[in-house]
Amino acid sequence: MSVPRFWREIPHKYRLVGSRCRSCGAVYHPRRPVCPSCGSRELEDVRLSQKGRLLAFTVIRRAPSDMADFRPYIVGLVELEDGVRVLSQIVDCDPGELRPGMELEATLRRIRVHGSSGVIEYGYKFRPVIKWGPEAGEGKAE
Amino acid sequence: MKALAAITGAGCTKVGEHWERSLLDLAVEACLRALEEAGNPPVRALYVGNAASELVNEQGNLAALLADALALEGIKAAEVRAGDASGALALHQACLDVSLGQEGAVLVCGVEKMTDVMAPEVERVQMLFEDSRSTFHSGVTVPGLCALLTALYMERYKASYEDIVLFAVNDHRNAANNPCAQYPFPITVETVMGSPLVADPIRLFDTAGIGDGAAALVLTRPEEARKACDAPVAVVASEVATDRVNVCEREDLLCLRSLRLAAKRALKRAGLEINRVSFFEVHNTTSILGILALEALGLAEPGRGVELLREGEIAIGGRCPTNTMGGLKGRGHPWGATGIYQAVETVWQLRGEAGKNQVEGAEVGLAHNMCGLGSISCVHVFARWEVVS
Repeated sequence: MSVPRFWREIPHKYRLVGSRCRSCGAVYHPRRPVCPSCGSRELEDVRLSQKGRLLAFTVIRRAPSDMADFRPYIVGLVELEDGVRVLSQIVDCDPGELRPGMELEATLRRIRVHGSSGVIEYGYKFRPVIKWGPEAGEGKAE
Repeated sequence: MKALAAITGAGCTKVGEHWERSLLDLAVEACLRALEEAGNPPVRALYVGNAASELVNEQGNLAALLADALALEGIKAAEVRAGDASGALALHQACLDVSLGQEGAVLVCGVEKMTDVMAPEVERVQMLFEDSRSTFHSGVTVPGLCALLTALYMERYKASYEDIVLFAVNDHRNAANNPCAQYPFPITVETVMGSPLVADPIRLFDTAGIGDGAAALVLTRPEEARKACDAPVAVVASEVATDRVNVCEREDLLCLRSLRLAAKRALKRAGLEINRVSFFEVHNTTSILGILALEALGLAEPGRGVELLREGEIAIGGRCPTNTMGGLKGRGHPWGATGIYQAVETVWQLRGEAGKNQVEGAEVGLAHNMCGLGSISCVHVFARWEVVS
């Protein structure tokens, strides 16, 4: 990936910025120029919920060339609290701990390092919700 | 049923690892075979379907390159690119061209040479056919997306993975009798379950392999068909439809809406009911996509596709024979060539040349070629010349 593209996609990747339709309220990620639900062209940037639940997941064992270092890694289909579904790596857990429906939260992680430019790409990944306070025992991921 | 175009010649190379041959070598072989079968007519236009030659073979501008290599000097030529739907989309463009009503043959070729790069690079390039903002960020591969659909399907319909992969078993059984297939041998469910995991639960023998190949067709106007050859095959419908590229956004992730739309339009254009179709070629990069295709075509209710597999209905001799020459899993899936391979194999069936895999009394065949998980679907309906008015 080129440096300009990397820079351009920062809102999308760091802060989960998507689009909300000013006319019908539908929310999308990645951003959209035209609303497929109502046809409106008036969409505004919106920061999506950083929490969601797991719908399904897989473990990628045959990875693309630039992500081979992370192999094997978990990719989940996550439904955010705003109803938007995103694809994301699921980290800080083993596949055996994952169940459809479990709560996840966004965290900023390294995505990959680009060979020619040397740019390190960061972005959201999801992890099981960390519960703080007395009910969470020793603060271990649930 | 009325013909949009007539196929007067069809040819292809064997799908495989053609280390010693270039992209252009393969395309030329397929085109020359098709042209010879059609009696070497004067060609006025060429359409080339290819998914990724710039990235995989360091070569672009394939249309002019192939026209030049075939010494078709001065002709119109265009390249069509839509990931692994490039082949059928090129055929669609060729059919549109034929409908202009001009004299002379239109040549269409699908070609892909995937073995010029290593497997992880193939995986990466395939992710470009989806919305790369999502695929690259999450690292989800195309088999990975199929794995998510498989998991959703198994959960919603209480299906077993062992039943789902019967689709791959069917492909291999048919590929065993196809001289151009990449994997011409039968497999069992145990073969699939014993192969390595690619993206859980999907295993290697549930995924289309990496291969090189080219296939070509010669098309003419229907009124020229009989002059050109003894056994033309009619194209009676050629339709294209799109869906949300990002599968996460689809209302129902287990509905291939682009196929549903394209098939509906195609059958309407042909004036046919689905039960009039003798056999089907569907786009099964993995088994789940084959099953969702059967359901989108209306051959089974949602969630009931696996029953067709279990009951042997998609086998030759069944109610809806599918992927009769091996499909993407058995014949192979050289991305931009696949749509034309499907058409070439359909021509064999409709001319009665499918050998041991011949579907008895085959009159109408339907082929479905799509990009990735159905962002674009192309549906073609072909018929024996005798049944076309």
